[in-house]
Amino acid sequence: MRNYETTFIVDPVLSTEDIKSTAQTYVDKLRKEGCEIVFVDEMGLRTLAYDINKRSNGIYYSIEYTSPNGAFIRDFELALRRDERILRFLTIALDKYGVQYNADKRAGKIGKAKRQKQEKAAKTEASAHGISRKKADSPSLSGVPSGDAESFKEEE
Amino acid sequence: MASRDDIKFLSNPKIGGRKKKYCRFKRYGIKHIDYKDPDFLLTFVNEQGKILPRRITGNSLKYQRKIGTAIKRARHLAMLPYLTDLLK
Repeated sequence: MRNYETTFIVDPVLSTEDIKSTAQTYVDKLRKEGCEIVFVDEMGLRTLAYDINKRSNGIYYSIEYTSPNGAFIRDFELALRRDERILRFLTIALDKYGVQYNADKRAGKIGKAKRQKQEKAAKTEASAHGISRKKADSPSLSGVPSGDAESFKEEE
Repeated sequence: MASRDDIKFLSNPKIGGRKKKYCRFKRYGIKHIDYKDPDFLLTFVNEQGKILPRRITGNSLKYQRKIGTAIKRARHLAMLPYLTDLLK
C-alpha cells in the first residue's frame, strides 16, 4: 500500500454546497478506484499568495489516502485538470514520516505546539516536548542571519 | 582620557563570540516538513521570498533539500509567493 496526499484549491465564487459537492466528487472518485480515504482536511478559505485565474482567495482541501498502486493517478489528475472549479492541485506520495506527521497533527500534538509558538513572547522557556521545543526555538533563527550579517560587515 | 579598564566596560562583550549554527531538524528529531504550513516555511526564506542558503540557516544538506521541496510545493499552491517584496 502506498500513501498519497492530494491538496487542491476550489474556486471561492461557487456556493457553499457546490464547493462541498466538488470536494465530495473527488473523494468518491478515489473510493471507486479502490483507495482508502484516511482523512479529508477542509482547510477553509485562505488568501492566495498570488492571483490564480483572477481569484485572490480559494478554499483549500487536502485528502490523505492509501492506494494499492499508483495507476489511478493519471486519470485522477486528468479529471482535476479538466475541472474548471479547481484552481490548483498537487498530489504527493507520503513517506512514513509524513504519515506520522499527519497523524500527530490530527491528534493535536503539532497544532498545540504551533499555538505555543504564537505565544512565544510570553513563554520563552521551552517545554520538554521535542516539537514544541523546536517551535519555541525557531525565532532564534532570525537572530542567526542578522548575527551573521554583522560579522560579514566586520570582515569588510 | 579613557583608560584601558574603562574601555573594557564600554564595549559589548558579546561582539567577538559567534554562536555555532546547527541543524534544528537533526537536533530536535523532526523528520517531516509540511508544505501546508507557510508560517513555518517563512523562517527559511528572505524578504523577497527566496530560499535562504544553508550557510545562513545552518540546516544539514538532507533537510535543506526537504525545505527546498516544501517551499516549492507551497509556492505552487499559492501559500508562499514566487516573488515579492517586504514579505516580513
